[in-house]
Amino acid sequence: MKGLLIVGCRAVVARDLLIALRHRSDVLTTFFFFVIVVSLFPLGVGPEPDTLREIAPGVVWVAALLAAMLSLARMFGTDYADGTLEQLVLTPQPLVVLVMAKVAAHWLTTGLPLVLIAPVLGLQFDLPAGSLATLLLSLLIGTPVLSLIGAVGAALTLGVRGGAALTALLVLPLYVPVLIFGAGAVVATATGTGSAGHLSLLGAMLMISLVFAPWATAVALRISME
Amino acid sequence: MLEVSQIECVRGSRRLFSDLSFRLEAHQALRVRGENGSGKTSLLRIVAGLSPAESGSVSWNNGHIRALGEDYVRNLLFLGHSNGLKDDLSAVENLRYALALAGVGADEPALRAALVQQGLSAIADLPVKLLSHGQKRRVALARLSFSAQKPLWILDEPFIALDTASVETLARTITTQLQRGGMVMFTTHQEVALPGTAMRTLELGAH
Repeated sequence: MKGLLIVGCRAVVARDLLIALRHRSDVLTTFFFFVIVVSLFPLGVGPEPDTLREIAPGVVWVAALLAAMLSLARMFGTDYADGTLEQLVLTPQPLVVLVMAKVAAHWLTTGLPLVLIAPVLGLQFDLPAGSLATLLLSLLIGTPVLSLIGAVGAALTLGVRGGAALTALLVLPLYVPVLIFGAGAVVATATGTGSAGHLSLLGAMLMISLVFAPWATAVALRISME
Repeated sequence: MLEVSQIECVRGSRRLFSDLSFRLEAHQALRVRGENGSGKTSLLRIVAGLSPAESGSVSWNNGHIRALGEDYVRNLLFLGHSNGLKDDLSAVENLRYALALAGVGADEPALRAALVQQGLSAIADLPVKLLSHGQKRRVALARLSFSAQKPLWILDEPFIALDTASVETLARTITTQLQRGGMVMFTTHQEVALPGTAMRTLELGAH
């Protein structure tokens, strides 16, 4: 039974990664959206290093939220349209665990690339090495939370007309705590107060959403299938 | 044994059917027939546990399917209106992941053999989006070859878009499943003969 579950999860992740590989444009859209939005700010605000350093954490984090938002419709949308979601619901494995596998695949294709490119983008804002490291770490802890919470919104709005806009309205308010503590961690490093507190809170959010979000997503998926 | 008792289905403000009861036992097939929009797909989805009935109950071996949950799903093969195939993946890949999810172990030669049996050997490695309607349906039907141990098959319009030879192959597969002691519930508009089997017909919209 346990072996079956692992095989099932591995199949979900492998399939989604393979599709992302075949359909690279989807992944690249999110990635370049993030890169371009972040890069626009130095151009718009002007080359004043002090201002740039100050706005950098907020800009990078807001761009990460929007990029995550942009990719949510894909998480279950295509599966819903082609009937594979039906098959996912009708498997002998618990749906909660399969949902976790789907979220993991989503994070690997959309969250992780943002985390990896963020320090490079931070250089445009003249962030010092310490802040860059905190930015990387806060995104590493925070972006999985975005995928987890986003999954609930994406599942709830499946098959609804204008679902993408509705998902944004549902999910963006829930992203606020992640934004505050994610950006706050970088600011705290810059001002020298230490980022441990902020990062711990981000970690706590990750734990809580790991427990509750897949369960809520599974329930929402079943309702959307009806 | 599948027992459906007094279920009612309402879609929007329309009552599609009510007080519908039937039993399905080993070796039996049930063909659901009715006009478009008479609730065939809704009935199949209710029996599969995908959507709830307005009232009434569906039970499997005397247990309510909602309560059984995964223990019911384990016995079930559901082939819906949509094929459940990923357009960007090839037929073999689609089949491999579908079976892994369904908890059926199958190695590469077995996958290919199933596709050969469906007459799809030449296109097994093409992305599914390049296939025709009927070919896609046959890729989805290849799952049947691995579902011998699942006692209940629920097939929504399995014969649609198939050519004559494929219709015969599918009818043979269903017959074999029935002889093995399985139960099959399906919808179709065309006449199909399943010689030597107990097939009943359920008319929807007739009462």
